[in-house]
Amino acid sequence: MDNRQKEINNLKDYKYGFSTDIENIQAPKGLNEDVIKFISNIKKEPAWMLEFRLKAFERFKVLKEPDWQKPKFPKIDYQDLYYYSAPKSMKDKPKSLDELDPKLLETYKKLGIPLQEQARLNGIAVDAVFDSVSVATTFKDELTKQGIIFCPISEAIQNHPELVKKYLGSVIPTSDHFFATLNSAVFTDGSFVYIPEGVRCPMELSTYFRINASNTGQFERTLIIADKGSYVSYLEGCTAPMRDENQLHAANVELVALDDAEIKYSTVQNWYPGDQDGKGGIYNFVTKRGLCKGKNSKISWTQVETGSAITWKYPSCILKGDNSVGEFYSIAITNNHQKADTGTKMIHLGKNTKSKIISKGISAGSSDMTYRGLVDISSKAKNSTNYTQCDSLLMGNKCGAHTVPYIKNKNSESNIAHEATTSKISEEQLHYCQQRGLNPEEAVGLIVNGFCKEVLQQLPMEFAVEAQKLVGISLEGSVG
Amino acid sequence: MKEQLQKDFYNSIKNLSLSQKDIEIKKFCLDNFIDKGFPNKKEEDWKFSDLNQIIKNNIGELSFYNDQASTNKVDTSVFVDGLEHNKIVFINGRIEKIDFEYEKKGQIEIIDQSETINEFENSNSLSDLNNAFTNKCFKILVKKGYQLAKPLIIYHTTNSKIWSKNINLRLNFELDKDSSLRLIDLFNDASEKNFLNIFYNFELKENAVLKNYKVDKFENKNIKYSFNNIDQDKNSISETFILSSGSNFSKNEINCNLNGVYASAFVNGVFSLNKEKHHEIRSIINHLTENTKSYQLIKSVLDESSKAVYQGKIFVNSDAQKTDGYQLSKAILLNKESEFNAKPELEIYADDVKCSHGSASGSLNEDSIFYLMSRGLSYQQSRELLINGFLLDVVEKITDSEIKNLIKNMLGIKE
Repeated sequence: MDNRQKEINNLKDYKYGFSTDIENIQAPKGLNEDVIKFISNIKKEPAWMLEFRLKAFERFKVLKEPDWQKPKFPKIDYQDLYYYSAPKSMKDKPKSLDELDPKLLETYKKLGIPLQEQARLNGIAVDAVFDSVSVATTFKDELTKQGIIFCPISEAIQNHPELVKKYLGSVIPTSDHFFATLNSAVFTDGSFVYIPEGVRCPMELSTYFRINASNTGQFERTLIIADKGSYVSYLEGCTAPMRDENQLHAANVELVALDDAEIKYSTVQNWYPGDQDGKGGIYNFVTKRGLCKGKNSKISWTQVETGSAITWKYPSCILKGDNSVGEFYSIAITNNHQKADTGTKMIHLGKNTKSKIISKGISAGSSDMTYRGLVDISSKAKNSTNYTQCDSLLMGNKCGAHTVPYIKNKNSESNIAHEATTSKISEEQLHYCQQRGLNPEEAVGLIVNGFCKEVLQQLPMEFAVEAQKLVGISLEGSVG
Repeated sequence: MKEQLQKDFYNSIKNLSLSQKDIEIKKFCLDNFIDKGFPNKKEEDWKFSDLNQIIKNNIGELSFYNDQASTNKVDTSVFVDGLEHNKIVFINGRIEKIDFEYEKKGQIEIIDQSETINEFENSNSLSDLNNAFTNKCFKILVKKGYQLAKPLIIYHTTNSKIWSKNINLRLNFELDKDSSLRLIDLFNDASEKNFLNIFYNFELKENAVLKNYKVDKFENKNIKYSFNNIDQDKNSISETFILSSGSNFSKNEINCNLNGVYASAFVNGVFSLNKEKHHEIRSIINHLTENTKSYQLIKSVLDESSKAVYQGKIFVNSDAQKTDGYQLSKAILLNKESEFNAKPELEIYADDVKCSHGSASGSLNEDSIFYLMSRGLSYQQSRELLINGFLLDVVEKITDSEIKNLIKNMLGIKE
């Protein structure tokens, strides 16, 4: 076998599918008040935090699992999950990376996330979340100098309670939908970012999520606050080991942008998608919502969704401040038996608000993809505009691509434009590329990358290169 | 409502000579309806128009029994002038007249199908209501190769005798091979606060051509629901045009199954609303086999506190390669209070297809008004010119020139 073939074979398999053999502390199986108290206790949380969780749990008890989504899945037994799992070595937090369990360092090295500070050249501050806890945050000192807070949310609850108290649950309240409420009750860790007034964050902030333990749900919570006139770009990456059973990932992400602030949130989601027969894989049921609270604020979501057995999420923007801007750029790729139901919500409340949605869906194999979105211009949102474009590409006749946009215009001074197309890669394009010496797979890769270019351009440099490769890998084996 | 329904049901079957089995079936439909009630906004298809609430607010208590023993006088003044046509006249839901005077004898057959019930895919509890309470249903069969010389106009007339009533009516059409039919539904209401529930079923055989124009133009305070089911065989064409304007509330649903190759469906609609009217068009085009085509164009002009909803779905089965599906909805909101909601939906399981949709809504273009005013038109004139031009686009899609002119006259659009 020549090297090239080897490389392709390597790429074909899910290369993050290994698991780390590490001792864990777990909460007792199941979901009840005791488990919530256990989580709160082990994290040494103040009383108000426990109250927040219990309030959410009370609400959760009366909620029913929604069933309007396109991809159906077998009923999840919420009592059969572990809601907390952490490497034992993390019980007493290591003070520096040198004290970190070498096995963890090794894991992140394998994932290509160097935690050691040698990675300085990389210029990205990383917060690494392993199952239920954050294991390391890099570049802390440099950020602190500018007054930026970038730390695990459990630490923020201890050290910056006034900020967490003020903003946690302000965008996704404890009374929200089923999965968001579940998260509010049992969330374990995640990142907290605060950018002070007028500061432009000098580097990309990044969180890397890793599910390792089996039978665990990962419930992380991210809260990003951009104070007046600040700017931050935040990246998120995810992987999980290959396991036969489905694992649940129900995160909540809240963004708050005050006057003139801008938050750019990019995700490259590459959870384990299950094998070729659709066995195993992650259920990625995430609630992401941004609030443009202040005037002239801007929130931009960019997502590349290639992993997960089922992706079910709608990163949304609530455009409350006048002149605020919401953007959503998405590439979703499904192959084999993957299913995705994703899109966005743009809720225009303030005057002169603008939103833009670019969504590219590619489905191959026996997969199924749905774009579902809402554009709602309220009667007070004078002079608002929305532009939506969702394109789908189908490869093979066993897959499906669907578009379900909801468009509500209650304002005569506002404009909404929406367009959607569905097509396949034309024979002419393929022929043209092959004629110039590309093999069919390379040709498809090239065309697909062109199809996605509008979105890929929005990603930060390092991510864009990675994402481009990922797009190619995800479609491996779907041609011919 | 349950007692009322049951009481009215027994009153209405009392006068009919139905077999025990037929009564059982009707009873079953009634129970289904009692179980589900009027559709409400919890149902996805009624998300934007909560019929249950609308009936409650506009009518209050509905009664379902219509005394159809005595005939109503046909008021000939409602007939369309200047266009020779065949007639079916419904007055208060009772068939008063079926007249195919311009057609050759023996080419059109009218079959009594009162004992059958209709079951449709993508339907709702209103079909149960309709099945339980319609007591006359005819099938109009256009025989093989026959093309009607003149259009057929169905007059839906209500007079002031009825109030707070539910009227159910049903018609079936079969267009045999190579036949064609032009059909206009014309609504004339002299009544208030009634709920009309209309179901049509069309069966189009090979090469058949159906052109259906639904015209609800005259101001009235009734609530209307209409469901068209169209099954299309090879090479058949269906064209549906909806002018949605007069009633307080109206919802038109089109469910079109393209079963045969090269079948095509066209759905065009105009909403021209004012006051507090609330109208909806919902279309479902099912591309079930190869090489089928659909085209939809919906335009709305919304004034005062009116509200228009368009829900359009293109479904493409995995066998339906080479499908061509297109859908466009545009709306102009003239007033702060008006509202336009759209849900253009694509559900696609085949890869070699060309499907797209677009939706746009916004205000009247001020630049265009300025352009016209700078050429001497008044503000009002420019506005009218722009709106007429906007709507004319849809009216021009009507393929039958006689009927196109009729509808243009009704809308007051001159070229």
